[in-house]
Amino acid sequence: MHYHRPATFEDAVALATGSEGVTRFLAGGTDVLVQMRADIVTPDTLIDIKAIPGTHEIARQEDGGWRIGVAVTGAEMREHAELGRDWPGLVEAMDLIGSTQVQGRATLTGNLCNASPAADSVPAMIAAGVTATITGPGGTRTVPVEEIPAGPGKTTLARGEIITALHVPPRGTEGGDAYLRFIPRTEMDIAVVGCGVNLTVEGDTITHARMALGAVAPTAVLVHAAEDALVGRTLDEDALTALADLAEASCNPIDDKRGTIKFRTHVAGVLARRTAKIAFDRAKGAAK
Amino acid sequence: MSKLHVTTKINGDEVEFLCDPRETLLDVLRDRLGLTGAKEGCGTGDCGACSVTVDGRLVCSCLMLGAEAEGKEIATVEGIAEGEALHPLQKKFIEYAALQCGICTPGILVAAKNLLEKNPDPTEEQVRYWLAGNLCRCTGYDKIIRAVMDTAAEMREAS
Repeated sequence: MHYHRPATFEDAVALATGSEGVTRFLAGGTDVLVQMRADIVTPDTLIDIKAIPGTHEIARQEDGGWRIGVAVTGAEMREHAELGRDWPGLVEAMDLIGSTQVQGRATLTGNLCNASPAADSVPAMIAAGVTATITGPGGTRTVPVEEIPAGPGKTTLARGEIITALHVPPRGTEGGDAYLRFIPRTEMDIAVVGCGVNLTVEGDTITHARMALGAVAPTAVLVHAAEDALVGRTLDEDALTALADLAEASCNPIDDKRGTIKFRTHVAGVLARRTAKIAFDRAKGAAK
Repeated sequence: MSKLHVTTKINGDEVEFLCDPRETLLDVLRDRLGLTGAKEGCGTGDCGACSVTVDGRLVCSCLMLGAEAEGKEIATVEGIAEGEALHPLQKKFIEYAALQCGICTPGILVAAKNLLEKNPDPTEEQVRYWLAGNLCRCTGYDKIIRAVMDTAAEMREAS
């Protein structure tokens, strides 16, 4: 295995494009190293992107949004008070992953590219409307994060393509997000169901809504119909019931030791309600 | 396959080593540098027995390559005591019998020390969550938590 530590993304792309066999990019390594040890993946080329300038930065953008570098760890996000005020759901989703030790290394971009259907940060990112800038042999493009996972362990990134940054939209004055997951214990487990909700309000009226579910389909699911179901109304019992029904209808889960299809589907509805309530309260609180 | 040359700092000392690109930091510490305090429990980042800090950040050394240590400052359990003088955490672990077989202890000491440096006055809940990635199959955790809480109290009084 060849280990490289390029100083620019262009060099990283050139290395990935020019190498033969299996190539992996290395950020926090909390999935890649486990896969290497278990002989699930045996890279011929490993490209460590952490020496590239800017990859460790959380930067406020001119429009009020955020640029999150691809090597920023969960611990660094958790310690960033301003990011947490804007996007508490996104930060909490990332913070739910693994232990203190894992938080010291794990990254949002890594969680996205590992493409686990149960990745905690992914539904929160989709709900928040996060986009990813991708550089590759064919140039640079920016896509919504929901377009990156293609199925368990698979992404839509072409050979030689690498995510260079994640972009979180401006929070605005009256918005709130939340992420909840169900696990059978309190810590250190993989989501049976995860749910991210992001709402914007004017007074009591919802003006923008996005909901995404994790661990109930081969990829995280953006529930498109949630927007229509919530916009223009307040978060009353009818709205919550409609949202829970939409969540259940969006599920296409597997039966496994973590939960049955029936259980996961039911929990998706329950979490949709609870998560939406938190996001709504946060949006109203932000409005003051 | 040629080996990589890495220069790093471990417990304050400049260290150079050659390693295979696939070797983890844990492999390097134990097999190349003779620092066998960090233990391999699971090798997949679940048990925390290999905990070290890298630039002050708590990590599992089994989930990091030796090559990634280039230019970093690593701290292991071997650096916790000052010569023969044990760190307050180590004294409390003995006083409370917060260990039995001892495999998890180096990782827990490194993790607990890192917590107290960031938060000298943690709640019991904060200690339990902080140490959730350090598995112990002997003690049932209670003595560990009490030892950490008492150390924190003593260090606050001393400062």
